[in-house]
Amino acid sequence: MKTLVVVDHNNNKLEKSTLNTIKAAIELENVDLLVLSDSCKDICNELIHIKNINNIFINENDAFKNQLAEDTANFIAENFKDYTNILFSNTSNGKNVAPRLAGLLDTMIIPDVIEIVDKQTFKRPIYAGNAIATCKSKNKINIITIRSTAFEEAETSDENVGEVKEIGSLTTNNLTKYLNSELTKSERPELTSADIVVSGGRGLGSAENFQVLEKLADKLGAAMGASRAAVDAGYVPNDWQVGQTGKIVAPNLYIAVGISGAIQHLAGMKDSKVIIGINKDEEAPIFSISDYGLAEDLFKAVPEMESKLN
Amino acid sequence: MKILVPVKRVVDYNVKVRVKKDETDVELDNVKMSMNPFDEIAVEEALRLKEKGVASEIIAVSIGLPEVQETIRNALAMGADSGIFVNCTSKLEPLSVAKILTSICNKIKPDLVIMGKQAIDDDMNATGQMLSAMLKWGQATFASKLEIQDKKIKVGREIDGGIENIEVNLPAIVTTDLRLNEPRYASLPNIMKAKRKPIDEIKVEDLNIDIEPRLDILKVEEPKSREAGIMVKSVDEMIEKLKNEAKVI
Ligand SMILES: Cc1cc2nc3c(=O)[nH]c(=O)nc-3n(C[C@H](O)[C@H](O)[C@H](O)COP(=O)(O)OP(=O)(O)OC[C@H]3O[C@@H](n4cnc5c(N)ncnc54)[C@H](O)[C@@H]3O)c2cc1C
Repeated sequence: MKTLVVVDHNNNKLEKSTLNTIKAAIELENVDLLVLSDSCKDICNELIHIKNINNIFINENDAFKNQLAEDTANFIAENFKDYTNILFSNTSNGKNVAPRLAGLLDTMIIPDVIEIVDKQTFKRPIYAGNAIATCKSKNKINIITIRSTAFEEAETSDENVGEVKEIGSLTTNNLTKYLNSELTKSERPELTSADIVVSGGRGLGSAENFQVLEKLADKLGAAMGASRAAVDAGYVPNDWQVGQTGKIVAPNLYIAVGISGAIQHLAGMKDSKVIIGINKDEEAPIFSISDYGLAEDLFKAVPEMESKLN
Repeated sequence: MKILVPVKRVVDYNVKVRVKKDETDVELDNVKMSMNPFDEIAVEEALRLKEKGVASEIIAVSIGLPEVQETIRNALAMGADSGIFVNCTSKLEPLSVAKILTSICNKIKPDLVIMGKQAIDDDMNATGQMLSAMLKWGQATFASKLEIQDKKIKVGREIDGGIENIEVNLPAIVTTDLRLNEPRYASLPNIMKAKRKPIDEIKVEDLNIDIEPRLDILKVEEPKSREAGIMVKSVDEMIEKLKNEAKVI
């Protein structure tokens, strides 16, 4: 039995969720890592400190820079057919590639796993997290994506423990071509791994008004999140969306401001350790899952909170 | 240009689903069913391409029990031209759905398949990617912008860091994200007109495809519940609680 973790990264840095995915993989057995990039060195320098893994396989190719699903899936299908488990993080990259790989290998993907019961049995949320399904796999190869908030991070050591080996060669696809990206620039912590998240909803009313929240977030060193309604209205970028069909977060503190608390939103944040809701409607569903609720106008409460924190 | 739009009948997004007492599934009796919201976005996008003169024909396909024909009728009422109903009584996983759709694509040869990025029941987010792997077509997942140029499509994709733009040769698979468009409602005259549009029926047995599930669902249970906490009276009290009780700031 061999387990492969496909490392998620942005060509310079490791995507933090990979550490959670490796932790999950270690529950399975015999873990190897795979890095596909135009430049693997910096990423490998982070990976060699991770305990309990065997090989770090790399393939350096300019084509991997753009992380096209067609290239990545073909490469893995050709070189890792003999693995029992292939794990990805449930990031936009993982969600793009893993099912394609499963299609190539004729295996049923097991997405968004939150618990490994045994080597063939996995738990995953369905219906926006309103139910948890336990699935026993009859696949020969399990292709799995891991919900990072459900697993700890893999342990690291001060020493170099992993061994880096080159593997395979890529025949690039001629189906898709990368053009460019419009990435949201931010000095704040990354949303899915932040300790504190401040999220705003339709109640904010405009893009300008979001600055009220951003001030609070910066005072707390928090990441910013949002509801779908706030993203749809164009107040904030799409990558801030928390929820069933956005990002899943589970920080120590989640502050929901001007968010009603629709099921689809709760699906993305209800595993946060402490939740506070600020909403002028005291009947808002967000209060039913808040540890501390404050029924007040946000334009009064948020600036007051910001000024009183030091 | 011919566009195929797969549509799925799912529990309406407004329903708060409950787990059955025997923990075999969620309660589906007497629950409101609708077209998967991401599939509505897919139908809408196909219609817009037709209205721009880019597409000439839109075919909606659904797989399942006879009830799924209602979902096909919804797509026809929105404006799709015809439907394909794949009659199948067994439970289907995305892998089997992708295989059935592969067989349909080989038969009707669409230039483009537009489908939802995920179904809001099993939250798999898989069928589109699997289908493109099986057809060996390019894929553009999580689309929030789509433009057709000759034999290519340019797609803006919603990714974790923002937006990524890619170009895909046709034929291709596109999966829709929320920001692609706002689906229209079917008007009453169009609902009437849809009743006369053709729906072809195919029996899944006739396709000779292995649709045996690869995952056994052992149990469906309630998630850990979260107890509601308390309401505080003021910002001062909130800060005090966060500092001294929850100890998170
Ligand atoms: C297929 C599908 C997928 C979806 N996926 C997601 C998802 O991933 N994430 C997500 O968030 N949603 C998602 N949704 C949308 C979800 O159903 C809700 O529509 C959305 O979460 C509502 O956002 P909101 O709470 O900001 O807006 P609203 O529900 O409009 O709530 C606004 C709240 O602000 C409060 N408010 C207004 N003014 C003030 C003020 N001055 N002070 C204090 N409070 C104020 C109001 O009382 C109200 O409670 C999805 C929906 C569908 C159909």
